[in-house]
Amino acid sequence: MDFEFTAEQLAIRDTIRELVQDRVAPRAAEIDEKSEYPKDIEKLFADNGILGIPFPEEYGGISGSSVTICMGIEEIAKACASSSLILAVQALGSYPILVAGSEEQKKRLCPPLAAGEKVAAYALSEPGSGSDAAAMKTRAKRYGSEYVLNGTKQFITHGSIAGTLVVFAETDPGDGHRGISAFVLERETSPWTVAKIEHKLGIRGSPTAQIVLEDVKVPAANRLGEEGAGFKLALAVLDRSRPGIGAQALGIAEGAFDYALNYVKDRQQFGQPISSFQGIQFMLADMATQIEAARHLVFLSATKVDGKAPDLTKTAAMAKLFASDMAMRVTTDCVQLLGGYGYISDYPVERMMRDAKITQIYEGTNQIQRVVIARALLR
Amino acid sequence: MREIAQSVVMPLAAEVDRDHRFPREAIDAATEAGLMGVLIPREFGGAGLDALAFAVCIEELAQACASTAVIVDVHTSVGTEPILLFGDEALKRTWLPRLASGELLGAFALSEPSSGSDAASLKTTARRNASGYVINGTKVFITNIGEAGLYTVFARTGDDPRAGGISAFLVPADTPGVKVGQVFHKMGLHGSPTGELVLEDVHVPAGNMLGREGEGFTVAMRALDSGRIGISGQALGIAQAALDESRALMRERGHEQGDDFVLADMATRVESARLLAYHAAWLCSRGARFTREASMSKLHCTDTAMQVAIDALQIAGEDGAIAGSAFERHVRDAKALQIYEGSNQVQRVVIARELLKTG
Repeated sequence: MDFEFTAEQLAIRDTIRELVQDRVAPRAAEIDEKSEYPKDIEKLFADNGILGIPFPEEYGGISGSSVTICMGIEEIAKACASSSLILAVQALGSYPILVAGSEEQKKRLCPPLAAGEKVAAYALSEPGSGSDAAAMKTRAKRYGSEYVLNGTKQFITHGSIAGTLVVFAETDPGDGHRGISAFVLERETSPWTVAKIEHKLGIRGSPTAQIVLEDVKVPAANRLGEEGAGFKLALAVLDRSRPGIGAQALGIAEGAFDYALNYVKDRQQFGQPISSFQGIQFMLADMATQIEAARHLVFLSATKVDGKAPDLTKTAAMAKLFASDMAMRVTTDCVQLLGGYGYISDYPVERMMRDAKITQIYEGTNQIQRVVIARALLR
Repeated sequence: MREIAQSVVMPLAAEVDRDHRFPREAIDAATEAGLMGVLIPREFGGAGLDALAFAVCIEELAQACASTAVIVDVHTSVGTEPILLFGDEALKRTWLPRLASGELLGAFALSEPSSGSDAASLKTTARRNASGYVINGTKVFITNIGEAGLYTVFARTGDDPRAGGISAFLVPADTPGVKVGQVFHKMGLHGSPTGELVLEDVHVPAGNMLGREGEGFTVAMRALDSGRIGISGQALGIAQAALDESRALMRERGHEQGDDFVLADMATRVESARLLAYHAAWLCSRGARFTREASMSKLHCTDTAMQVAIDALQIAGEDGAIAGSAFERHVRDAKALQIYEGSNQVQRVVIARELLKTG
């Protein structure tokens, strides 16, 4: 099947493509080298409406479509995976509000996020609860019109810079996943503590924080959905965000592939460009085929998210699994095509290979994706 | 060897990686253990062991720290073997004892900016004069750059524009005109310095030529055959470490069949790669021809190391992706092995050529 992007989507993509080439690509190596969050690029995205993509117009945004989000993430990730997370995590941190929030909550919480005045983040994992999210220990106890939260959240992308943090916590300890609820924490009124920023293999410009919640008061008006509905919401959100990770993986692979393709056409050995050797040509053909297959799966899954298709869970997991495994293989091969130059940081492909690895791990490891797919198949 | 690797080398590995520093203490320990002369005959101060023992030593070192392993490997194989195989008695007497004792670190300078896989197209020149040769050129991706005391340098001496015009020279690092150019910032192997060797009017005596004039390419290819056994050992060490760490983690936190199957595949790959490496080393030890086997071993061992390192990191999950974790270090370190001492594409060329040649 082919994807019919609307004229509006194509216009958004072209705008992003141009901004990325002019403003993001030249910064990517430095962002990685210094492990710094690119505040300038966050502002660039905010000023150009890119952070409004995850939100429908009635909440201050410009789209709300998963397909558009994926197009944006893909374009940014071609040049800088760290920067692509600025859009991807804005979407991830806002989905809980868009999926489970009341009209009042959406009207109140979304516009500052859509305008890029605030960064959103999503806090599910804990030190003792990664793939087994239902084993979380963070507690939310109700006192009248507010809840008091205590616990530690681990590997929270943008947890240190977010102004709005969606936190999952147990309101009914002992009831497993049925005892989990979701809350929106706003930094000014419900401040959390950043205990640690991780130093990582890749996506070094995207801060990953350990967050500590110590008697953090949250108004009951900021609970999303009913008490006990949090775990279902967490999974529903991940279903919607996984195409975005697939798009990120796709963009990383495309960025590395484009670079390597130009390199092999240019690099002369044995008196000819190395692209004239069949061994290299076969690698290029395999990579391009894998990228194309992943692109279709990613946009199919995004289309299913937008259309609320009954099998969106399975397809989203497949897209994330396939695209991220593809990105790891393709970027590893791109480093190979550049030889020794691929291995040093004067060239971008080693960064892209380091960045690709996390796409196999976060928002549900690829083992979890396989569990999800198998469960859908065997139901 | 295992004891030194585990007690001295392993505890340094994370720090050496983090700080991009030369693992001096690890190299001192390897020297103490006689490893720097493992392939050098006893009469020249070495241990006089064979290629199989060498491969096992490098594997043990690489299990602890891949940077340390490549430093020792390059010194011992491509940094020393050209003298062992092609040096005359005088060169052997002069240099082998100092290499065996660890007083000097060896290095191998073949690649150039425009000549990687196509080594025969190198441009560095060695011009004959009354007392010897004057070498000019730039070499890249030189392991042990700046730390080495002795470089084996390949340069053009004749009119033949391809392999036949190349000769090999021993160039002591303290020779005037020998300079270190850019030292590269790499994805992995942070403890092993890699960079450019700049040669500006470097004068070496005629006696420093290894083999005959025009025999340099043969010297390089033969040294690389042995080098590939060392790289195989390094790959096996990284893969074994990643496998062992995955096992330990799975035992500790529990495991299901999905990861069980991955672990089984990892172990099977490592075992098959090890047998291929030992076979190539055994052929080399017996003095048999082993070009095809060395290339197969290098190809399969390094592809295995890459795959196993990636799989191990996947089993470890997000904790493994945190810098300082051995899991993420193995992935960064393993990638270099598919590239250096003949990229795996070149290995395939060599294997196919060996398979398809007639007579």
